[in-house]
Amino acid sequence: MSDYNFAYLDEQTKRMIRRAILKGLAIPGYQVPFASREMPMPYGWGTGGVQVSAATLTPEDTLKVIDQGADDTTNAVSIRKFFEKTAGVATTEETAQASVIQTRHRIPEEDLREDQILVYQVPIPEPLRFLEPSEIETRKMHSLEEYGLMHVKLYEDIAKHGAIATSYAYPVKIEGRYVMDPSPIPKFDNPKMEMAAIQLFGAGREQRIYALPPYCQVVSLDFEDYPFEASKADHACDMCGATNSYLDEVIMDDAGNRMFVCSDTDYCASRRKAGHLGAQAAAASAALKETAA
Amino acid sequence: MTADILKGGFANAPVDAAHAFRAAMNVMARPGTIEVLNGAEPPAPVSVAAGTLLLTLCDPDTPLHLAGDYDCEAVRSWISFHIGAPIVAAERAMFALGKWEALAPVTRFAIGTPEYPDRSATLIVEQAELDQDGMSLRGPGIKDCASMSLPEAETFQMNATLFPLGLDFFFTSGEQVSALPRTTKVEVA
Repeated sequence: MSDYNFAYLDEQTKRMIRRAILKGLAIPGYQVPFASREMPMPYGWGTGGVQVSAATLTPEDTLKVIDQGADDTTNAVSIRKFFEKTAGVATTEETAQASVIQTRHRIPEEDLREDQILVYQVPIPEPLRFLEPSEIETRKMHSLEEYGLMHVKLYEDIAKHGAIATSYAYPVKIEGRYVMDPSPIPKFDNPKMEMAAIQLFGAGREQRIYALPPYCQVVSLDFEDYPFEASKADHACDMCGATNSYLDEVIMDDAGNRMFVCSDTDYCASRRKAGHLGAQAAAASAALKETAA
Repeated sequence: MTADILKGGFANAPVDAAHAFRAAMNVMARPGTIEVLNGAEPPAPVSVAAGTLLLTLCDPDTPLHLAGDYDCEAVRSWISFHIGAPIVAAERAMFALGKWEALAPVTRFAIGTPEYPDRSATLIVEQAELDQDGMSLRGPGIKDCASMSLPEAETFQMNATLFPLGLDFFFTSGEQVSALPRTTKVEVA
């Protein structure tokens, strides 16, 4: 650990990031430009989130890193190891034990507390970018609060598909002012963004930081006759039986068999530990007992 | 150069600054809360909390304004050795430090531009004491309602009407810090 400055980045870089975080919290939903550094991992692997985490961590923190809800996927494991090595912080897979949680594309199922911080990895921070490629134009649109284009996009969804087909990175309006990209979380997670924890967003390649203070008003854009709906697969988790969690669909074989499992691995594991069993887990354990007998 | 100005920096800069930033971030994210902030030992009249904030957030990239009796030789030398921030007039400052009366009129400070509202000044206001009595606060970061002692209400009410432009404030006293971002609605309780 002594080979690195605490949490990898040099102090001047951290000060620059910290100033951006503070302005981000003071102007919720506004994307603060920052001088993103090259990190020892490629863009697209969470360099923005890593820089925000590095500027936020203290030696006493316990870090959890999730990738699409899972603690054990490549991105999560490598970032966790990175901070174990460069910051010497404790790490955990349990949501309740963590003080800083870095996430890619999910919000944990368990409600976060006031003493926790959620750091998002953001690929494209500009919600208007796919509608208007010019940064000069989108910046002007934010300054003029000109978000008609976003409603046109949602309307075209309805015209084409009969419903708002946007299912992730669903745009939100913060405190009635800035339209913000919630990062590519499923829209199921949008209502959770009004939470007790501080939320920080880092986009490394795009060089933007933004933030939400606790209990900030976050409204998913919609229409009176087509209200926002936090949808998920209409199924219970086959491992733990949860009916209220966001599910991944897993193809099991070539015969079209599939199972649905919680995308939040810690949530699923703790439910199973508490004795909850889903349909396929129950069947499997029954089959096991039969073989043993 | 006297030996005194060489003292009073962070003993362990990366760790002290990390702790200090967490306190600063917490109070900015939750207006009305008060946190302990220490690590620096700046020369009088700068409080421990204000000195720690300067060490944590300021460097040669951040023009700093010293208001009133904070603009003295001891403070200037300490800042130029430990921080290196250029000392500038209020209009050009990214950060400002002083007592409320000396910082007035705050309309001198940058409030950002419609396209870059983050290019606005952060004022560090030194107070005799901080407590959670006084004005009532509402807005982002506050569950229902919070309260905090403020030097006055009117300036902060005007500042909030500028949103998304505006100034952000830290209040410091001894080893304590609190904050008021531009989003907070202040009312006389």
